Amino acid sequence: MVEGIDGSGKSTQISLLSHWLRSQGIAVAFSEWNSSPLVRETTRRGKRKEMFTPTTFSLIHATDFADRMERYVLPLMKAGAIVCADRYTYTAFARDVARGVSRRWVRNLYSFATRPNLSFYFRVPLDVAIGRILGGRDAIKYYEAGMDMGLSRDVEESFRIFQGRILDEYEAMAHEVGFHIIDATLSIEEQQKQMRDIVIQELGESLRNGVLRMAPGEVHAIETATALLQ
Amino acid sequence: MQSKQPLHFYNEALPGVDSAELHGKLIVIEGPDAVGRTTQVALLRHWLEQEGHAVLDTGMARGALAGKGIKQAKEGNTLGPITMTLYYTTDFADRLENEIVPALRAGFVVLTDRYIFSIVARAIARGEDRRWIEQVTGFGLVPHAVYYLRADVKQLVSRVVLGRGAFDYWESGMDMRFGDNMFDSFVKYQTRLIRALDVMAKKYEFVTVDAGRPPDVIFQDLRKHISRLNLKTIRNTPRIHATTRSNGSNGAKRPRKA
Repeated sequence: MVEGIDGSGKSTQISLLSHWLRSQGIAVAFSEWNSSPLVRETTRRGKRKEMFTPTTFSLIHATDFADRMERYVLPLMKAGAIVCADRYTYTAFARDVARGVSRRWVRNLYSFATRPNLSFYFRVPLDVAIGRILGGRDAIKYYEAGMDMGLSRDVEESFRIFQGRILDEYEAMAHEVGFHIIDATLSIEEQQKQMRDIVIQELGESLRNGVLRMAPGEVHAIETATALLQ
Repeated sequence: MQSKQPLHFYNEALPGVDSAELHGKLIVIEGPDAVGRTTQVALLRHWLEQEGHAVLDTGMARGALAGKGIKQAKEGNTLGPITMTLYYTTDFADRLENEIVPALRAGFVVLTDRYIFSIVARAIARGEDRRWIEQVTGFGLVPHAVYYLRADVKQLVSRVVLGRGAFDYWESGMDMRFGDNMFDSFVKYQTRLIRALDVMAKKYEFVTVDAGRPPDVIFQDLRKHISRLNLKTIRNTPRIHATTRSNGSNGAKRPRKA
């Protein structure tokens, strides 16, 4: 599971990690924050019409999370797959609290969540992250920028203040949670190497025996096919 | 039950809401499925409006944000128990913040068909953790009164069969398969719901109303209770007498639009 503010590069890293695990023949499932089809329309409606309050914003994301847990993550984990999650409960702990939701309430809200085996936090200075976001795409969205809180009329300014608050929340919980902290200003390759090292070090034995994986012959077949494609 | 003034939150204040500025009254009608809540809410609304009160009535899954989504989710076959609990809580929060609180600010009488107690009861009936769901819904405002329309399962069964003529999938808790057919599942699920509501009745000071009686008797009973809540009353309501002098039109003229 990876966490970090927007622009920290965490999605790139978890994607690379899941491909790597898969290439080792391990059964991998991938779950992304805010991606439940059951809730999608409601979230879309709320965002389009700017209907969310801090409480309903928090609750709809918890509903989304619960759906992914109940229908996808838990059954696949029981089946022996490794689940890679792009953002987890800590996103809510950081972001909803930055929006003014009670710390205690949101922690209780997510208390049904399984504790992850490995948590990575991509630490990045605010300016670096904002530079990546502004360079990468054209418009920051309303809720992403925290415009609902009236921090500033200027989208970029609001985004900066809001992401700064989220960053503070992440930093405040980093120790309590026991994140593996990755320096997100390093090269992509270096970060990925660190992640893989930590995965092997922490999950090594269970990766060999405790997870669902393909038979060696199947792995070989996939490698051959991949080589042919390249 | 004495009326509580001013309104306050159970556990956790909603960000941005000052409960001291809520001047209206919040009245909750609770009870299991098919007990006749909707009928009573309609009767009460009519009566309260006759008395000169502005009334907002609201109920589960009717919110602008999540109402549609909940209906769609219930038509599919993938809605898990925790997801359902949280979806309903999202809808409740939306209605609380965007309908109920503004109405209370404006001095309305808010009549709500079900409240957080139904969400809690359903969660508990599905085996979810009581403390978890009580804290999740802890941003609810403590109502001035909760009227619990109580019936036993036998009465509910006869109401469903004689009234609607068929069991409903969700009212039977079929998502949890409490029995291998809808009747058995209905009986088990509703028994659990009633038990959960009975427990809350003490803790949250519900006024329990026997719902095994005819609707008009229940209505008289509810009226009597609500009259004790000290709603503001209009004194010396002017009476409008019918006149024999005709000016050509029948009945009252519509007021002109300004």
